[in-house]
Amino acid sequence: MVTGVLPVALEEATKALPVFLHSGKEYVCLMQLHRDVPEENVREILEEFTGEIFQKPPVRASVKRTVRKRMIYRISLLEIEDRKILFKVACQAGTYIRKLCADIGEALGCGAHMRELRRIRTGPFTEYEHNYTLQELQEAKRRLTEENDEQMLRIIVRPVEEAFKHIPKIYIRDSAVDAICHGAELAIPGIVRLETGIEPKEPVAIMTLKGEVVALGEAAMSTEKIVEADRGIAAKTRRVIMTPGTYPREWKSRR
Amino acid sequence: MSKQPSWEIEREVKVLAEVGTDSKYGKRPSERTISEHIKLGIVNLDKPPNPSSHQVVAWVKNILGVSHAGHGGTLEAKGAGETPWSQEYSQ
Repeated sequence: MVTGVLPVALEEATKALPVFLHSGKEYVCLMQLHRDVPEENVREILEEFTGEIFQKPPVRASVKRTVRKRMIYRISLLEIEDRKILFKVACQAGTYIRKLCADIGEALGCGAHMRELRRIRTGPFTEYEHNYTLQELQEAKRRLTEENDEQMLRIIVRPVEEAFKHIPKIYIRDSAVDAICHGAELAIPGIVRLETGIEPKEPVAIMTLKGEVVALGEAAMSTEKIVEADRGIAAKTRRVIMTPGTYPREWKSRR
Repeated sequence: MSKQPSWEIEREVKVLAEVGTDSKYGKRPSERTISEHIKLGIVNLDKPPNPSSHQVVAWVKNILGVSHAGHGGTLEAKGAGETPWSQEYSQ
């Protein structure tokens, strides 16, 4: 049984879905041990599985089955009842929790499997904030169509920009927006302001000065380098979200 | 590899230039009309245990009457707990 946070992007916002590829996740997991194990051993092993781990994706996986490094930001034990272990884990994107349970079981020497899983976070989206059921969505839509009341739907549907809350942002000039919409690289002169924590090859969100997301990019320089540089490419455009033509075209195509 | 999850990183803003934006183009996300808001919207759904992520997306499309939707990170009833994003097209 797997439940919890599932961001569903609508229409144009589906272009933002690749951002979830990079976003860390948080789960509450119920793990079943196959034999009795003293509580201290469980605590000790969970501690060992914090930090960088090596994981081979399970047989039924959507990626190539080669061992990869994954970061486990933290694991906290919530409850133990007989051979049932309830724990919370925050991990890097692409960590398989079913596999994590099997590997913990192996390390404990008793064997274990995942019994139930609830995702409580996908990047910026959590179960604590603006997390709604299908029934609530249906009610919001009913209020809009039957009562012409858009308030509930406005709250349940989040602006696409919220998907980028956790990644660093670069704000650009109006005159640079349309070129990015056509897939151009972002050059230093187009930048108005930026956030700290930008690292080469890591994702960045390219934003307008009105706070609209233009594209998901891949940084070519760190924040410090961008601040010092007066020319060069700061980021490559990876996925355009804004419709071209929203801002005026102030660039010329090279022939 | 960062030892800190990205959602816990606090960021400061560095200003490189003092320029404004022309109100003729684009608009603040909070100023979108309800139909624009939906077209550029994301629903943070609490997925129930039984239907697949795929089915949940189909329901959302149905409820909102949108032509196109997709989910980020499969949460399958029998899945491995984590797979990359997938998209569903209606046409």
